Amino acid sequence: MILTSLPHISMPLLMGNSLNAWSEALVGFNPMGLPLGLVILAAIPLVFIALYSLTYGVYGERKISAFMQDRLGPMEVGTWGILQTIADILKLLQKEDIVPTSADKFLFVIGPGVLFVGSFLAYAVLPFSSSFIGASLNVGLFFAIGIVAIEVVGILAAGWGSNNKWSLYGAVRSVAQIVSYEIPAAIALLCGAMMAGTLDMQKITMLQSGSYGFAHFYLFQSPIAWLPFLIYFIASLAEVNRAPFDIPEAESELVAGYFTEYTGMKFAVIFLAEYGSMFMVSAIISIVFLGGWNSPLPDIGSFALNAWTNGPVWGVFWIIMKGFFFIFVQMWLRWTLPRLRVDQLMYLCWKVLTPFAFISFVLTAIWVIYVP
Amino acid sequence: MIMNDLTYTIIFYLFAAITVFSAAFVVFSRNVIYSAFSLLFTFFGVAALYVFLSADFIAVTQVVVYVGGILVLLLFGVMFTKGIMNTELKSDVLHIVPGTLILAGIIGALLYTFYTTHTWMQTEKQLHGSIVERIGYETMSHYVLPFEMVSILLLAALIGAAFLARFDRLDHDNNKS
Repeated sequence: MILTSLPHISMPLLMGNSLNAWSEALVGFNPMGLPLGLVILAAIPLVFIALYSLTYGVYGERKISAFMQDRLGPMEVGTWGILQTIADILKLLQKEDIVPTSADKFLFVIGPGVLFVGSFLAYAVLPFSSSFIGASLNVGLFFAIGIVAIEVVGILAAGWGSNNKWSLYGAVRSVAQIVSYEIPAAIALLCGAMMAGTLDMQKITMLQSGSYGFAHFYLFQSPIAWLPFLIYFIASLAEVNRAPFDIPEAESELVAGYFTEYTGMKFAVIFLAEYGSMFMVSAIISIVFLGGWNSPLPDIGSFALNAWTNGPVWGVFWIIMKGFFFIFVQMWLRWTLPRLRVDQLMYLCWKVLTPFAFISFVLTAIWVIYVP
Repeated sequence: MIMNDLTYTIIFYLFAAITVFSAAFVVFSRNVIYSAFSLLFTFFGVAALYVFLSADFIAVTQVVVYVGGILVLLLFGVMFTKGIMNTELKSDVLHIVPGTLILAGIIGALLYTFYTTHTWMQTEKQLHGSIVERIGYETMSHYVLPFEMVSILLLAALIGAAFLARFDRLDHDNNKS
């Protein structure tokens, strides 16, 4: 597919709306020789993570969990408790920042930082719109899978630095889980990459655009695609330590896992990292299997619904909505399913997900080669 | 990409400094845990230097293999060793004269080879487009035999590791009775 086939109907913007126009305009923005545009480019996903964790992440999760359990959730601060999150932030900001005396000061302090950087780095290659991507790399998808490794080191630093048995156990469980589930997750994503024939996230998304909307998405393009889709979704739950794979922070066993000892802003940073990686995996699954920033609405005859709802600005809307949908499913599962045991977790990864990931890999390869 | 040359240079030296200083910290630190965590920055810096050589695939592979695999394994090993923090590490300087001589000799030999034997080799063709595709094509065409041999070697290592780490049921039953 060539770049000119991008739908050009969108809101007129100063920076134009061709491929990566917004990010390139930002990169070229060098007032007084300072690369200010690069800093702004990196700050945009950061601000997005902060805003979304505040609104949808914290408040949304509390409300959704409350409704799932037939409760009301926060109701006191503001109408329907809308201002509850702001009250929580104020509380977190003025809390004492405790560093335990017997903790390893240095590792305890850098742990949350490394953790957040690890979850934030993958945002560099997520295309937020046809005109906006941090870095349009040839190896984008590979980068997004691989950079999680830094998060793992952050978790180990936090867990070991706390000098607390629960924290260490939480960290070790978490790392074992993330490292193991990377394998089925990577193989499942490889199926999508195989259908696209590229690892460039922007190109993967572009290949899924077309006037039939959702019918062009890879999930509906092959009869096997639902298998890697499902495998990646399950594995991504484990990678972000969400229920039913929340054994690293199992409240009833380990207090809170690797962040037991953290208070105040360090605790907030760890939470921000968790919400950051939740959106990251949701965005990756939407890009590889559900068309990223493409509109799912099809053209109906001359009623060009797809063309109207496509374009750079609509792209931002669609990818965020797709991501939010998967985050909603993650929250839904958290309040529905019980937690797995450690041995069940490993059984599921190595004896169920990995073999099925290989099967879907081979079937997708056959499909890609023999079905035009 | 349009980027200021000065910015480019600053970023390069930043990453070079990170790599060198963290590597020095790995060697000179008296605490094994700090050495292990410092390796993270070394690996990360080396990955960044690969990016400057426009070898983006190798850079990401560096992060996946070294940070995600080897460093995590190393940290696990260090953390589960009993009394690791109480062990006295020797990073003192011993045998100064022979050490300096060997160091000077190696550096001299390296620099000599560096300056006399060859100039920087230039490729005739400039790299265009994606490196990933070329790596894929080359692996599955020219280098398919080495590739398969490495896969078999890795598979053997994997089976061996699984065998060693396996829960020994027979032994366990004997101990119980």
